[in-house]
Amino acid sequence: MTFDDPATPSFDVQAIRKEFPILARRIDDKPLIYLDSGNTSQKPRQVISAMSEFLEQSYAPINRSSYRLAGEATEAFEGARRAVARLVNAPSAEEIVFTKNATESMNLITQAWGRANLTEGDVVVLTHMEHHANIVPWHQLAAERGIEIRWVPLTDDGRLDLTDLPRLLDGAKAFSFTAMSNVLGTLPPVAELCRAAHDAGALAIVDACQYVPHNVTDVQAWDADLVAFSSHKMCGPSGIGMLWGRMELLDAMPPFLGGGNMIDTVTLDGFTTAPVPAKFEAGTPPIAEAVGLHAAVEFLEGIGMTEVRRHEMDLTRYALDTLNDRFGDDITIYGPDDVEVRGGVLSFAFRDLHPHDVSQVLDERNVCVRAGHHCAKPLMQVLGVQSTTRASFYLYNDTDDVDALADALDGATDIFGF
Amino acid sequence: MPGLDDLYREIILDHYRTPRNRGELESPPAIESRGHNPLCGDEITLYLLVDGEGDDAVVSDVKIGGQGCSISQSSASMMTQAVIGKPVSEARALLRRFKSMMGIEGIDEQPGDADVALGDLEALQGVVKFPVRIKCAVLSWNTLADALDRATA
Repeated sequence: MTFDDPATPSFDVQAIRKEFPILARRIDDKPLIYLDSGNTSQKPRQVISAMSEFLEQSYAPINRSSYRLAGEATEAFEGARRAVARLVNAPSAEEIVFTKNATESMNLITQAWGRANLTEGDVVVLTHMEHHANIVPWHQLAAERGIEIRWVPLTDDGRLDLTDLPRLLDGAKAFSFTAMSNVLGTLPPVAELCRAAHDAGALAIVDACQYVPHNVTDVQAWDADLVAFSSHKMCGPSGIGMLWGRMELLDAMPPFLGGGNMIDTVTLDGFTTAPVPAKFEAGTPPIAEAVGLHAAVEFLEGIGMTEVRRHEMDLTRYALDTLNDRFGDDITIYGPDDVEVRGGVLSFAFRDLHPHDVSQVLDERNVCVRAGHHCAKPLMQVLGVQSTTRASFYLYNDTDDVDALADALDGATDIFGF
Repeated sequence: MPGLDDLYREIILDHYRTPRNRGELESPPAIESRGHNPLCGDEITLYLLVDGEGDDAVVSDVKIGGQGCSISQSSASMMTQAVIGKPVSEARALLRRFKSMMGIEGIDEQPGDADVALGDLEALQGVVKFPVRIKCAVLSWNTLADALDRATA
């Protein structure tokens, strides 16, 4: 989409905010301050309209029936695939596999590629700042077939400590890592890590779930092998996730789930698989969700991911400075201070208050943050905490939101009297 | 809309700031039970010492370790005060009564449960208005239930 006024400066957060109906909602007659986009993002009206128009006018099965309406729906679904390929600079749309979410994409990798290629004693390298979605599926493989998991540790300021990387990668079959920590905001050097993986003869698997919504993504420039990401964190609906993979790799992988749509033929004795990507898309997929995702991609493209990233860097800088200036030693913000290597995610500890209590007090002022372990319990252990409070930003957040967060934190002290 | 005053009653904050019966008991003879809230990562370790057997068994001591939010910590603290010195059967009745106050379904309520006095624990009634916090309030109670079952098995 493009904004009505072509003379609008490159990034106008107030104009963007107007595209998100929910940001106009008031609770207890106070505005909504949504700072939980690392969890899931809000949806612009373009996405909401695209989905309801599709459901009202064009909904039909895809890839199965031959009437015109079904053809229209199929074309809409495939249009989403092309849009996603464009967004991440995939060489071909056929390399985009639709899944349920990024978690399913990770499970597809471990269950299809992992089970076909890893046996007892094989090594997979992960990092200490992975989301459970890039840990548990590997633990499952470890339990099933005895693979060894090695861990890249962190530096004190929450970056990957790459000192020992060559040794950790020595003999490894895969290096699977996040492109942006959902807790620390850290942006590791993805291309460098992919190169290190390849130098060691390992596959480079990237969990880009937090990265793609906020940055220019180029899977070819990364030279990655498999990349998982999700629609609902990038203004699209929940219920649809993505896996990009190099075609020869996807082609060689066995299917993940079995059923309709993923077969070439089925007999009483067995089956043969459809070509990629259908091979990995068993059953009726999320059709209207794909249409919504397509609208989300066009919405983001209309603004420009470079602009989104720049806005979030500015906002993150503002937030780090505001919170540190106002609360000094009373706040501990985890992760790097340099916004060049940090996305718009701020996990923090505040005045010995438990994150649940912090988030409860913030909620009183409609400031929505996440309190908990953020599906990264191993990282919590590394940080020496059970949980943190996390504010996470997106393109629709502005400095007023950050100020509201700081004001609400001030109020927390009054209640608990520490 | 319920306000924070409904949740953070003074007695709750008092137990949060100054938790009673924190610490450890030697195990054995104490039963050590761990509970955790998978949602937020809170963990609690409960130590239970029971004197006697069968119907005569009495809760002689309880200690609480671990970390948690104001609701889970104050609930645990008040719970220890409420059950220490009580017969196991009364502790179980209090447990059912408390979970019932929290609106938890599927409790095997017994005749007389409704008459069990909650005392200070009534202050936690406001938690019901904040459904996501109910799990915090009952964490220590579920851990106690586990410990009681093991102590009397």
